[in-house]
Amino acid sequence: MLDNSDLDNAKSMSIIVTKGSLDWAYPPFILGTTAAAMDVDVTMFFTFYGLPLLKKKLDLKFTPLGNAAMEMPMMGTHIAMPNIVGMLPGVGSMAGSMMKNLIKKKGVASIEDLREAAVESDVRMIACQMTLDLFEYKKEDMIDGIELGGAATYMETALKADINLFI
Amino acid sequence: MADQVLDAKGLNCPLPILKAKKALKGMAAGQTLAIEATDPGSVADFAAFCNQTGNELLSQSSEGDVYKFEIKRT
Repeated sequence: MLDNSDLDNAKSMSIIVTKGSLDWAYPPFILGTTAAAMDVDVTMFFTFYGLPLLKKKLDLKFTPLGNAAMEMPMMGTHIAMPNIVGMLPGVGSMAGSMMKNLIKKKGVASIEDLREAAVESDVRMIACQMTLDLFEYKKEDMIDGIELGGAATYMETALKADINLFI
Repeated sequence: MADQVLDAKGLNCPLPILKAKKALKGMAAGQTLAIEATDPGSVADFAAFCNQTGNELLSQSSEGDVYKFEIKRT
């Protein structure tokens, strides 16, 4: 962002972040940090289940439930997990640790690292005030450097942005 | 010889780009950054990164599983 932020043709992007599970946290943070690295002005608006991604302490969960397309690499092949198996006690957390191990093994960044990179590269992060009230979070629960705002705050930014994503 | 070297081997998307950006930020215009990566996607990604940011991709090559890039900070 610093290289051409003073130029008129600086590009901008906004992302509405609505999902906060381990797998769904990746697309917005990968695109947000990469865009910032490519000198794009990035705004991320965290609403509903995306809001907990701004909490100081992240403890992201993962579930294979409802995801018929998910296959995990296992013993040289790919294994899909039927929903009925995913519902058994403990299977969800087991799938979560499998996913975290895979992420580490493949050199994929953690969400914590990507979020830190977003903060470092001046990505503007807005917490949805309504969601904060609805789910009874306090601004103190969230990391420093974020803003609070609502739909109009987002719209003002989105109307001027080159790219707007809803994830 | 590059002014700075970045070892991004073993890192997956988007870490090589993020780390390269961080390194370039701290360099002066005209200085060069050499990067080694193992992510096959980095070949297309560093080309796109340089196109967009205006930094110059001086060279790109591969040796076994390692992809090498040299970028000049503009």
